[in-house]
Amino acid sequence: MSYEPVLTARIGKIDPASLTDYEAHGGFQALIRAVELGPGRVVALMEEATLLGRGGAAFPAGIKWRAVHQAEGPKFVVANADESEPGTFKDRVLMEGDPYALIEAVILAGFATAADKGFIYVRGEYARAYQRLRHAIARCYEAGYLGRDILGSGFEFHIELRRGAGAYICGEETALFESIEGKRGYPRLKPPFPTQAGLFGRPTLINNVETLINALHIVLRGPAWFNSIGPAHSPGPKLYPLSGRVQRPGLVEAPMGITLRELIEEHGGGVSGSGEFRVALVGGAAGAFLGPDHLNTPLDFRSLASIGAALGSGAVIVFDTSVDMKPILQRIADFFAHESCGKCYPCQLGTMRQRDIIARMVAGQGRPGDLQLLRDIGQTMRDTSICGLGQTASNAILSAFELKLT
Amino acid sequence: MTSTISLTIDGQPVEAPADATVLQAAEAAGITIPTLCHHPNLTPPAVCRLCVVEWEGRRTLQPACVTQVAADAVIHTRSPRVDLARRTILEMLATTVDLSDAPELRAMLAEYDAHPERFGEDLTRREHEVIIDNSFFVRDYDKCVLCWRCVEACGTDMEHAFALGFSGRGFETSIATFFENPMPETTCVFCGNCVGVCPTGALKDRRVFELEMATDY
Repeated sequence: MSYEPVLTARIGKIDPASLTDYEAHGGFQALIRAVELGPGRVVALMEEATLLGRGGAAFPAGIKWRAVHQAEGPKFVVANADESEPGTFKDRVLMEGDPYALIEAVILAGFATAADKGFIYVRGEYARAYQRLRHAIARCYEAGYLGRDILGSGFEFHIELRRGAGAYICGEETALFESIEGKRGYPRLKPPFPTQAGLFGRPTLINNVETLINALHIVLRGPAWFNSIGPAHSPGPKLYPLSGRVQRPGLVEAPMGITLRELIEEHGGGVSGSGEFRVALVGGAAGAFLGPDHLNTPLDFRSLASIGAALGSGAVIVFDTSVDMKPILQRIADFFAHESCGKCYPCQLGTMRQRDIIARMVAGQGRPGDLQLLRDIGQTMRDTSICGLGQTASNAILSAFELKLT
Repeated sequence: MTSTISLTIDGQPVEAPADATVLQAAEAAGITIPTLCHHPNLTPPAVCRLCVVEWEGRRTLQPACVTQVAADAVIHTRSPRVDLARRTILEMLATTVDLSDAPELRAMLAEYDAHPERFGEDLTRREHEVIIDNSFFVRDYDKCVLCWRCVEACGTDMEHAFALGFSGRGFETSIATFFENPMPETTCVFCGNCVGVCPTGALKDRRVFELEMATDY
């Protein structure tokens, strides 16, 4: 298996501050190509590539690009860089190590959809990514990649960089819009969807950072190249943030669909701690625990969905047999109770009750019926919450009980 | 003029305007769906999720108050899934908030066979002091279910005074004035609309409140 990294190829090799360095390593070639092809052809390439959204929801990117391309302006492009899923640091590495790539991708998306303006919404805690993007945006204005008549195409485009204020909920796309609009970060009711009425009520293309970076390579190398990597149902390069009890934690770029075993053993150098694998949390706190039975499961959207799990952001946190899982479950329950926005009842109340019940179980004071309570709360949150936060807030906890981790 | 579409609610063929909500279509067919945050004069915030229904083929339960009907939809307003969701939400609400002044909600708890006590005693609750800061109404947020009706009545749905908003987050969310200032220091005009739409007695006429305190009224 000789896979040449694509998304992370420049990281660590170029000076992230230097536009000339970026240009010397293939930078802005995708935008130049896009201008030659024209917006319609770029959108067609995005549709031909089976690029499923890398933020976690796996929505086909091409459908969004087409919808916004066809919508009446004014319209916007938003890069969702509010990466907040526990164990996830892929967008951070991309933005810190190759900031111009995100900017190029946002301009390219703006060109393809004839958008008026782009926003990059960066997680508040990502100070370095913010600084590097801010610097890079200024260089791009100086060099004429932003502003009027970009690359002689007649296309005018601007990017505004925004910082989050620390709320997990603001990574939810409609709460992110509210935040940019200066409001409380509450998710909106859908429909309408962002492509119909998004930021400031206008048609909006919102993609995750990794999704946008993939678009550069789809334009440069073509959808056939993209679709040839990994499984046909969810192809392409994938970033796997690998952490926890592994010998070499870090960001792994691999073809979509490598197995959990390959990720841990070949890329992570094997399990650390006791050296014996117990369980992995796949997809972050919103994901599910997978035990040894699933070491050979491919880490792609469909394979994980078929076993009731989810790839989510691609984050994998590994636990060896020496780890006491009780504090881990408490941490996950605390996280959702802390991050619930409080808008809809099932999540506002359910995340706190889930936390309360886990706390007494961890303290050895569980009551008969507590597991049933957790299941009822979980199903209620999954079935009735407004957004993905509540809908996924019980996944990891319920999967932990199914695997009898406590 | 909007067209009429046909759908099925609880096994019953129903005709409804194409732009009707599930709640409207059900009500017109004589089918009752429980609601809490919904109020006929206010924009439904769809936060309480008590009106959820099961729509065959859709992944999650759908809030009837804001979900638009569609031709040939097959909808169940009562099913094990729907009842479980309503019961669990009601139970969690009853373990969080004082529902003594909310007879409609207590009737709902009975109808859905809710047993809040199964959640145990050692639970985090929302606890607030009664706020008496003006001559007209008191705010007893121990009884507040966060239905948003007062915020909407104070905003663009009625009064356009914008004195009420939110503080805190998640379970700790509370209805609040800006910087939790006393009501006379806000844009409140004491119109009373928020008191009128409050379903749980969290907002109450000061005179009524004082009579209740003084007597067995």
